[in-house]
Amino acid sequence: MADAVVSSGRKNMSFGDFDDKLTGAIRIQKASISFGQGKNAVEAVQKIELDIKPGEFVSLLGPSGCGKSTLIGAIGGFTPLTSGQIGVDGESVKKPGPDRGVVFQQHTLFPWKTVIANVEFGLKMRGVSKNERREKAREILVHVGLEEFLHHYPDQLSGGMQQRVSLARVLVNRPRVLLMDEPFSALDAQTRLQVQGMLLNLWHEFRMTVVFVTHDIDEAVYLSDRVVVITRRPGRIKAQVPVELERPRVPRLLTSPDFMKLKRECMDLLLEETGATLGSLRTAELPKQQNEELVAI
Amino acid sequence: MNQSIQLEETELESFAALNAAKDVSRWRRRGWTILIRILSLLLCVSFWQVASTYHWNLGIRFEFVPTPTEVFHSVAEMVQSPKFVSNVRSSLFRIFAGFFIAAVLGIGLGLLVGRFKLAGNILMPPLEVLRPIPAVAWIPLAILMFATAEESMVYITFIGAFFPILLATIHGVESLDPRYLYASQTLGAGPRDIFREVLLPGAMPSIITGLSIGMGTSWFSLVTAEMISGQFGVGYYTWEAYTLQNYPDIVLGMITIGVLGMGSSYLIKKTGYWLMPWFRPGGKT
Repeated sequence: MADAVVSSGRKNMSFGDFDDKLTGAIRIQKASISFGQGKNAVEAVQKIELDIKPGEFVSLLGPSGCGKSTLIGAIGGFTPLTSGQIGVDGESVKKPGPDRGVVFQQHTLFPWKTVIANVEFGLKMRGVSKNERREKAREILVHVGLEEFLHHYPDQLSGGMQQRVSLARVLVNRPRVLLMDEPFSALDAQTRLQVQGMLLNLWHEFRMTVVFVTHDIDEAVYLSDRVVVITRRPGRIKAQVPVELERPRVPRLLTSPDFMKLKRECMDLLLEETGATLGSLRTAELPKQQNEELVAI
Repeated sequence: MNQSIQLEETELESFAALNAAKDVSRWRRRGWTILIRILSLLLCVSFWQVASTYHWNLGIRFEFVPTPTEVFHSVAEMVQSPKFVSNVRSSLFRIFAGFFIAAVLGIGLGLLVGRFKLAGNILMPPLEVLRPIPAVAWIPLAILMFATAEESMVYITFIGAFFPILLATIHGVESLDPRYLYASQTLGAGPRDIFREVLLPGAMPSIITGLSIGMGTSWFSLVTAEMISGQFGVGYYTWEAYTLQNYPDIVLGMITIGVLGMGSSYLIKKTGYWLMPWFRPGGKT
């Protein structure tokens, strides 16, 4: 279903002229971020060391309030680091820029602009002529299956459609890095599966690096090449789980044994973090054996 | 079987009858409401008529209050009088000039103060000192400050409108979700773009509210200024009517001020809708 939505505009599309060399390598070195000052200072993330390859799909998975969104903000360039360094393709991140597109959780489309004007925004900022940017924005909106909603306002669209517009708005800038901060967490399960499929297709086509923040284990494993598990605050890297499942990923994968195994691994890691605070859900109470019939929690 | 069909039919009929009855009763109720409202208005006007005709004294002295019929006659005369029209015109010009300057300065400074802490620290202390002073209290000084009475009245009108517009704009910018700023920056927006593309439209609902409050206060200020120091204008007309003991014209002036105020608020509201097609809940363009 998700495939169908994306492939509709795929053949006549060319977002071509990519460099042969993939870009979008991210290097995070000893990155720490604190908020507030003196006694009230709260350390959100602490000494994060992380290398992300060009074109890689990495999820940051962690309990809520662990600072994973803060880290996204730092890569995006709108949350300053307290210490350490973040570089994209060897360039130190200093401020926000269109090479690093950000999709937030919800409600960040400009409500005063129509769908197509929202998508055009990045091109307008670059001084692209009116006709050209209209055309490009239209193309990409066709691509995400929204050609019938070009002149609607965001408030007139469903949550899933809004997130598709958000994606289109960022992708029209052809970012090297796509940063996603729990982009689908406000969507219902069906819609989420659909936009996840769409995201994977777009990622494949645009060949950009994706850093995806989520607290949903299924989502992290299903989408990523690598899941980075973050500890409770102050956020540190607890473990990294490589996901070597075949691509393209299809929803059926969600119930396969390999998937379940990875999911368990992540869950155990995550529960070590949250277990202390969630009395009712302790690692010890989960079945020891790998259970292939276990579909979802 | 026949019987059952018949039964259905009668049932349907009775439903239809029930619905019709409901409709009728709804219309009847609406008719009553309108009737009651009109009667209430008429009652007040006739009370006014009777009280002023018979010079009642109920603590409020109706002795000098013109009757509605007298007022009505002066309305008829006024339509032909060029003096009245020119008075309205000079008031409208003052409102337009004062309000326009207030809107430009209020929105411009409001955007700056809302966006930059430094701008707030520099601009707000003197403005906060001046803000509690009612526009009317400025009148004597304004007369001294400006060469012509015209300029001083435009200034008073400006003062009346400026603060509501300024404060509403600041509030609109400050309450804007910072993620709109982040989003625009990650899409490549520079500092100027942020003002034009994000802050101004984002604060627009609040700005429109400020403009309509400012419109009310600027009329209030202007009418007072015209009564005290003016030449021409509806406020002056009303006060002149009192000094010339032309009492029906006092009420006429009052009504004119009300109508003009209402009309200009309506214009602001319409402009708001026109500027913000996205803002109507559930609306489409």
